[in-house]
Amino acid sequence: MLEPVVGGTGPLARRNPVAKLAAALAFSAPLLSTVDPLTPALGLLVELAAAPAFGLRYATLARRAWPLLVAALGIVVTMVLFAASRTGALLVSLGPFDVTTGVLTGALGLALRIFAVALPGVLVFATTDPTDLADALVQNLRAPARFAIGALAAFRLVPLLGHEWQMLTLARRARGVDAGRNPAARLRLFASTAFALLVGALRRGGRLAVAMDARGFDSGVPRTYARRQVFRRSDAALVAASAVLAAAVLATSISVGVFRGIVG
Amino acid sequence: MSEVVLRGFAWRHAGRRAWAVRGVDLRIAHGERVLLLGPSGAGKSTLLAALAGLLPEDSGEAAGEVQIDGLDPRKARERVGLVFQDPQTQLVMARSGDDVAFGLENRAVPAERIWPRVDEALHRVGFRYPRDRPTAALSGGEQQRLALAGVLALRPGLLLLDEPTANLDPPGARLVRDAIAGARDPDTTMIVVEHRVADALPLVDRVVVLEPGGGIRADGPPEAVFAEHGDRLADEGVWVPGRPLPAHRTPAAPSVRADALVRADGAAVRDRLAPVDLSAYAGEVLAITGPNGVGKSTLALLLGGLLAPTSGRVEAHPGGQPHRWRAATLTARIGSVFQNPEHQFVTTRVADELAVGPRRLGRSPAQIDTVVTHLLDRLRLGALAGANPYTLSGGEARRLSVATALATAPHLLILDEPTFGQDRRTWIELAALLAELRDEGHGVVAVTHDVDFVASLADRERRLAAP
Repeated sequence: MLEPVVGGTGPLARRNPVAKLAAALAFSAPLLSTVDPLTPALGLLVELAAAPAFGLRYATLARRAWPLLVAALGIVVTMVLFAASRTGALLVSLGPFDVTTGVLTGALGLALRIFAVALPGVLVFATTDPTDLADALVQNLRAPARFAIGALAAFRLVPLLGHEWQMLTLARRARGVDAGRNPAARLRLFASTAFALLVGALRRGGRLAVAMDARGFDSGVPRTYARRQVFRRSDAALVAASAVLAAAVLATSISVGVFRGIVG
Repeated sequence: MSEVVLRGFAWRHAGRRAWAVRGVDLRIAHGERVLLLGPSGAGKSTLLAALAGLLPEDSGEAAGEVQIDGLDPRKARERVGLVFQDPQTQLVMARSGDDVAFGLENRAVPAERIWPRVDEALHRVGFRYPRDRPTAALSGGEQQRLALAGVLALRPGLLLLDEPTANLDPPGARLVRDAIAGARDPDTTMIVVEHRVADALPLVDRVVVLEPGGGIRADGPPEAVFAEHGDRLADEGVWVPGRPLPAHRTPAAPSVRADALVRADGAAVRDRLAPVDLSAYAGEVLAITGPNGVGKSTLALLLGGLLAPTSGRVEAHPGGQPHRWRAATLTARIGSVFQNPEHQFVTTRVADELAVGPRRLGRSPAQIDTVVTHLLDRLRLGALAGANPYTLSGGEARRLSVATALATAPHLLILDEPTFGQDRRTWIELAALLAELRDEGHGVVAVTHDVDFVASLADRERRLAAP
């Protein structure tokens, strides 16, 4: 889910990781300023148009973005059930719930916002190698190596957790510990398994830290970098273009008169 | 090139009453290659950590002196390289070449000189993949080779190896031994800790034996040390070469068998195990062997009723398909012992750990008490009844995990690599215990890489072949 799918095939995928991250933020953040449905819809169009430039196929993007779909559906259902103001024309009455145009517009707007705000992040992480990101954070943003490289190393241990969880679960069954259908017992079993997983993860993390220490990590000497990350003019251009596009989207919705500011 | 001098060195971890090492006087000259031995608990790993400068001053109490080329080891860190046991937790980066570069970056080697040194180190250890090979795609032995390359790239004067093959299967261990032998540099001083003495002997010219209570018991050329101290070391659990292991085979397998305790009919698990037909019988030790990745551990989970086959069937006699049983029922019929004992611990006291199974079966407190006392005694765990299972040594934890499976008196016992990484003493005890259980009429199934175990104990061997 998190590992990159392509190794720099699109022209934008090859940009500096920090630039990609900044561009994603520069585009997403302004979209949060309004609650109308048009702004996120326009934003989404721009993002979908940009996907091929990242070398991402729409099928791949859809596979990566399906958790967003679940979240968006959840929003629509919640709004239909619990929206306080039910303005607009009545479309259909589902028992005690009146589905009106007002409710649907609100729900649609929220669902679109989720997509529009999260999709740039999906684009960036799908096309960025975590090692490159950590390198760029340290070299271009002067982030502390202790933090960036440390997080990178910890990240490597994450896939082990899935296997570890399965072994712990099976081992508990082998010890005669199971929960059956009792929800309280299930919760207890889940908590005790999660605790064992945590203890194991901390021990492994500790061993990894000692091994990194033994190879001179964070010993006070300034590091050198085997993999150079450069922030070029084209990287700055990507960030700027992204900010300009976000401004254009907002300007459109203001000029059409649908802009509804989140404050005031 | 480094020289190591210890004078009356001692170290006590903060909060502990006993010294981890004590009274060590030792001088190791430039380019010497030393095997450091001692029974478990003699402080070998602590001594290596001290030499690597990995014991911060505030983490315990020191006495005496330890010097590398006349320097405190904490100030001589760039002269020392250390390879640990577990390959999983010493690789830092996602790509192999990056991982070797990691140490060089930390030591501020100029960028243009990093990649040539990475390639040289990878070549020295016989790494046969390109630099961008994902570290996660390497086998354990290959990962350990890579870890060795990461240390050698730093050109240490003193190379420390802390049981570098203990977490590996025999082919993986061979890979790493060959890499160490091939990468040997006459200018590098080397200290290796290794239980499997026969594996380490070709690499060293001197043996030092630590005495558990403190001081050094023996020091000299391998032949002389083992001639004088070999018997005692073997009794203490060191795998001294050339000492036979007891055989526990039954004279002949019965020609007419009762029903199988558990039977697999074309049982398979998608992506993990190809279809297998197999039966395990009472009064028999069945060894399941085969190369890595062929699905031996998965088969153990199937037979143990812990996993459902995705095709085919596993049938226990009596009782039907074991993966459908409730957990308590399962433990009364089939006991499973995992490769990593810590996965199976669910309490904070050794005695409680033994009581879990019987209590789940609804046994009375008096019955539970009898079972716990009997098992503590039988597996030499009496002195540890109140200890936390997570603080046990490898051998103790293994004995406890076997004892927990026995506590519910199952007729069939399934073990995954029971002898893996065990010292000689635990190995002999474990083999004797399993033989005893077999002779009492239990069925024993063991997944194993250990040829000695198969030779000593197995009545039947089933080798799974790569598909």
